[in-house]
Amino acid sequence: MSDVPEHRRAVIAGIGHTEFSQHSGRSPLQLAAEASLAAIRDAGLSPADIDGNVTFAMDGNDELAIIRSLGIPELRFSARTRGGGGGACATIQLAAAAVESGHADAVLVYRAFNERSGHRFGQPQVAPNPDPAWNLHKPFGLDTPAKIYALAFQRYMHEHGLTNADFGLYTVVARDWAATNPNAQFYERPITLADHQASRWIVEPILRKLDCCLETDGGVALVVTRAERAADLPSVPVHVLSATSSQIEHGHEMFAYYDQDLGEHQEAAAVGRRMYAEAGLTPGDIDVAMIYENFTPVVFLQLEALGFCGRGEARDFIVEGHIGRGGSLPVNTNGGLLGEGYIHGMNNIVEAVRQLRGTAPNQISGAEHVLVSAGRSGLILGRRP
Amino acid sequence: MIQVRPPVPNQDDAFFWDGARQGKLLLQRCAECGTVRHPPAPMCGTCGSLATDALECSGRGTVHSWILSHHPTEPDEAPRVVVLVDLEEGHRLVSNLVDTSPDEIHNGMAVDVCFVECTTTDGGTITLPQFLPAGRTATDR
Ligand SMILES: [Zn+2]
Repeated sequence: MSDVPEHRRAVIAGIGHTEFSQHSGRSPLQLAAEASLAAIRDAGLSPADIDGNVTFAMDGNDELAIIRSLGIPELRFSARTRGGGGGACATIQLAAAAVESGHADAVLVYRAFNERSGHRFGQPQVAPNPDPAWNLHKPFGLDTPAKIYALAFQRYMHEHGLTNADFGLYTVVARDWAATNPNAQFYERPITLADHQASRWIVEPILRKLDCCLETDGGVALVVTRAERAADLPSVPVHVLSATSSQIEHGHEMFAYYDQDLGEHQEAAAVGRRMYAEAGLTPGDIDVAMIYENFTPVVFLQLEALGFCGRGEARDFIVEGHIGRGGSLPVNTNGGLLGEGYIHGMNNIVEAVRQLRGTAPNQISGAEHVLVSAGRSGLILGRRP
Repeated sequence: MIQVRPPVPNQDDAFFWDGARQGKLLLQRCAECGTVRHPPAPMCGTCGSLATDALECSGRGTVHSWILSHHPTEPDEAPRVVVLVDLEEGHRLVSNLVDTSPDEIHNGMAVDVCFVECTTTDGGTITLPQFLPAGRTATDR
């Protein structure tokens, strides 16, 4: 448990985002600025109140360009998370560390890109990659995230006797949630398992098109401050009960093949253990889970690693209806990254805040604790301290 | 003919590609404590030594996992089987399974290394360690 006094603990005070689309028609910087100003105003603050920022190492929007666009006079804390979407929750961890320690009073967290109309993550890496981690993989044909991840997912399927149709069970649930979320790109477009099975192979026999997240243009921002500061603001604060990350010695966000048990998401398991201990909660206390999914199988691996079901039991957990409407653990109630859109996992944190404020399009009544997992980082957010 | 996107070898992993060109499957080994590390790294995480030699592997192993690469990418005109191989020395390697029909592949199948010279997308050539079902001989490529 944290030894930071309750009044100094971190809260998420503001959320903002642009529309999620396949073609924004404007610069990533504009998307970042629009989402950021929306989040600052949602918090009841003005840009001059922001004195810290966090974004992804991969984000293309420079901090100075952001503060110039928004009219933020000075940042006294500025940080970036390593890696890609696995670090989505680590942005909040860094922001919380900054406000709880006093290194900043109000931290703006942003992520924005044109990931569909601009650089598409799903396309092959054509240019020689300066990161030597690619050397032992790209020459053998591992040049897209789908292929890179699928090589590990196949082992999980083999161990538990799963087929691609089992992964489609998750897609059907996610698209059901998205169908009633007006922010979702697949609003009013639910699918059946037959639709999933009719989508084309991306990596046979592991992933079809409808197992993949939705490359998206858009921006998301959040504002993190201390509970004592939020008490003076008009917005409803959401409390950061736990925020942690995991980078392990032989792990890798893409090429995690070596010295690994491919049937377990080891970072998510470490993140889960630490989160529950810090928050003083158990998996049974979680009302809603937001689980990063670049591809459907990572939902299975995280459900197991986070203790919501046992190893190899995620398929049955989904079949039993736990993660859908009326289930014991609604998962990705915005439609997730393959139903609402893929803003590198940050839109899942926005949904968690809405669930705790009671303002989500698919509101789960009485939600007290929402867990957000990005695999390599995670949060437990609470309606109360 | 597969066109390969070439690696950009550096001081830490050039030995792997040099070995393949000589028909050897080499893994980096700490010259002080003998710890094998793959992928390569400049320092031994076990003892801190910077001195390395190489373990020449037998090339025998089993398939840990596999995919059929279908994504419509240009170099992969024909579907390519990518495998994770558990080498008999106890280390894991990414490679390809050649001259093998997808319906005969299964987790745990025994495989042997072969060395295949491939053309690269930048107009050069590279020798890749590849794998065949155990006992099978590579067709002339
Ligand atoms: Zn050593």
